[in-house]
Amino acid sequence: MKLTTGGKASLSFKDAVVGKVAREYLPEKDRSQRILVTDEVPEDLRQLIGYSGFLTRAKLERELDSIPTISSVQAIEHLRSNDIVAMEPGNGFIRTLYRPDSDHNVIFATERCNSNCLMCSQPPHDRDDTDPLVRRNLELIRLIENQPKRLVITGGEPTLLGEGLFAIVAALRDKFPGTYLHMLTNGRVFAWPAFTARLASLRHPDFMLGIPLYSDDSSIHDYVVQARGAFDQTVLGLHQLARHGVRVEIRVVLHAITIPRLPQLAEYIYRNLTFAEHIALMGLENIGYAPRNMEQLWVDPYNYQEELESAVEFLAMRGMNVSIYNHQLCVLRKSLWKFARKSISDWKNIYLEPCEACAVKDDCGGFFQWATKLHSSFIRPL
Amino acid sequence: MSRVFYPREDYSSADTAYRLLPFRFLRLNGNDELLVNEVGEFVIAPVGTARTIVQRQLVRGSDLYSTLKAKQFIVDGGSSPLLDLLAAKYRTKYSFIEGFTKLHIFVVTLRCDHSCQYCQVSRQTADKETFDMSLETANKSVAMMMKSPAPHITLELQGGEPLLAFDVIQHLVPLAKKQARSLHKELDIVVTTNLANVTDEMLFYLRDEGIKISTSLDGPAFIHNANRPRPGNNSYELTIKNIERARKIVGEDRVAALMTTTKLSLQHPTEIIDEYVKQGFHTIFLRPLSPYGFATKTRHKTGYQLDNFLDFYKRGLAHILQINRNGYDLAEAYAKILLTKMLTPYGTGYVDLQSPAGAGINVLVYNYDGDVYATDESRMLAEMGDYTFRLGNVHTETHREIFTSDSFVNLLSASCNQSLPGCADCALQPYCGSDPIFNHATQGDIFGHRPTSNFCHRNMQIIKHLFELISENDAETMRILFAWIQNTTLRELKKVTPS
Repeated sequence: MKLTTGGKASLSFKDAVVGKVAREYLPEKDRSQRILVTDEVPEDLRQLIGYSGFLTRAKLERELDSIPTISSVQAIEHLRSNDIVAMEPGNGFIRTLYRPDSDHNVIFATERCNSNCLMCSQPPHDRDDTDPLVRRNLELIRLIENQPKRLVITGGEPTLLGEGLFAIVAALRDKFPGTYLHMLTNGRVFAWPAFTARLASLRHPDFMLGIPLYSDDSSIHDYVVQARGAFDQTVLGLHQLARHGVRVEIRVVLHAITIPRLPQLAEYIYRNLTFAEHIALMGLENIGYAPRNMEQLWVDPYNYQEELESAVEFLAMRGMNVSIYNHQLCVLRKSLWKFARKSISDWKNIYLEPCEACAVKDDCGGFFQWATKLHSSFIRPL
Repeated sequence: MSRVFYPREDYSSADTAYRLLPFRFLRLNGNDELLVNEVGEFVIAPVGTARTIVQRQLVRGSDLYSTLKAKQFIVDGGSSPLLDLLAAKYRTKYSFIEGFTKLHIFVVTLRCDHSCQYCQVSRQTADKETFDMSLETANKSVAMMMKSPAPHITLELQGGEPLLAFDVIQHLVPLAKKQARSLHKELDIVVTTNLANVTDEMLFYLRDEGIKISTSLDGPAFIHNANRPRPGNNSYELTIKNIERARKIVGEDRVAALMTTTKLSLQHPTEIIDEYVKQGFHTIFLRPLSPYGFATKTRHKTGYQLDNFLDFYKRGLAHILQINRNGYDLAEAYAKILLTKMLTPYGTGYVDLQSPAGAGINVLVYNYDGDVYATDESRMLAEMGDYTFRLGNVHTETHREIFTSDSFVNLLSASCNQSLPGCADCALQPYCGSDPIFNHATQGDIFGHRPTSNFCHRNMQIIKHLFELISENDAETMRILFAWIQNTTLRELKKVTPS
């Protein structure tokens, strides 16, 4: 499933336009905050009056200066009425920000990050995008009509938004108090008590942070995230969060650097982070930085079942809530099946050719779409 | 962001010597050493490891080095000590102190129909006037109990045989409930009874008031009746019959049983345990005989060597584990307490194995005559003429006076095993407790002498035995032990673990 497309942006707009897709012509009174999406340019240009933006597959002979336009958009079928999209000036990117019929919507906070993880699936960019993205996200929240079941704030590192992040969380709390809000963060900033206190004071009613911890050995964690001192900051941050009653989940990405001490990490989590509500043990995604560091990272999941089972047994026996993400049932030991979740967001979830003959395909989480290039050698139909 | 990645060495600790954080160690057996940090996290490693650590000869980059660093035995230049973290874990371990006295034992009467050899205090008499708690004493005792800052308190009705003073119970229960309600305290009530004289009316009352029953079952008839004589020599038959009645009326899960180990019991661990299974209990507490009260006088009859008890305990525990493996859930209470201390970040509310000692801090005893004691054992000493641990009387002392009394302050000075000779540097200190009253009773000194202390010997042996059991790391055994720790059944635990 596509979430980005693009075309030729007209010079008539300088700021990103956020609006709701309209696939059909609307009465004039209903056009505000709407972005009209068509295959052809209407003959009567008055049909475009009042929309916030216009996306078309057609190639324009002459630029329309009455309305922000992106033309010559090649892929346009995935844009459905009421999707919320952002039209970017200059480069002509069209990003789908929100799909009302999906439970996998995210609020993309920033592309910046203060870590630089070896296997980052969404490599950071060092340019200050925070102000425009905060504005875009607040606008997005304003446009969402029905209360979503869940939303994920992700990045980059969302805490780098500072006050902007608090504004986003507060806006969500006020408009959608019943939405389960999850935020993916490296947790380092929470070592700063005032920052943690500020987030906690927002009192979002259903909010949890997903924070990665890659080893009980601080030097291994710091190496994975490529930041000296990160382990200490994250662990202190987790404790600050617990002290303020903010719920946390621990996320561990499994690869050749984290696997050898996985059982020890499980013990560390139990003894030091007992308050964690959930522990997600996650398969490596072959995207972003991962491919370029694959030599250090790759271990066939089939070959770490021993360590995985031992860590799950250790945690589960002690009453900790543990799940396995991004693993296929055919490579997991059967004893671990009940911990496997179908965790991959709908838009990037695929199955491979052998899966078609598999009897448990419906129970299996499948693959990230980028797994076609690299996956376990033990994928087979069951 | 930089697309350059730095190698692992760049994140390793600077090449300076590591420093030590507090830890203790002891030799477990010929091969292994047990190393324990300040909050009870442990490492079992080859003998000589402690020496290697202390002599700064640990190999940087080795698994052991990483583990010791992660468990806060050592710190190095590459890591901050994360002392806040250690402090948080320490607070968690000792959170049982929060709220101060939680268990309040009321001796509503000294009268009893039994004449057990090991019983410390009871009287076979019909003299209700002299040996029952008066209503005035009851009122004062409840008022004192409510002075405890604890938000959740337990009232244990004890004796003698408390049901012989049922009128006192009927006075105490509504009074305590009313005052707890107005002070927003949660209140649990337990009655410790031999059930011999229980009537249906009493059982309905206990049911309606939500009072739990704790009774005595020493094993099969030949042991129980020998241990617990009463007119008619039918204690076992009465107990079994009445446990059934109590379960029917009050509820299956509201009736618990405790056993006391005598010389006769020592030869029959399996028979005793099997009796508990036969009677449908899911917890058994293999308790040693306490050295107090009449039990010391009748020592030639009931007393025994500690090693015989340890042998009994180990045989019993093995049998209990086998019963669990065969599909019947049965927890051994003492092992459960110790394992919780050893394998979890938490402490326990068990007042007889705590540091600071539970005496006064976590338990207080209100005698029928208004005297207040630090523990049930303190009261038994008093019955023998030794009033060392009498803290005061509800009629003459206030709560504040009780806890600033010379008796209590004296007791406190020996309450922390963190500072007792022989305990302070013992690897098992975080799992163990201190018992100044036991020390006083057996060695004539509240500080005690560890090398000759039965308390020390017994706990060290049992804890070491449990460590050996753990280090076998048998998957099924570990699940059984964690089912105990988690208050669940093996079947339920298996549902949520890989299997």
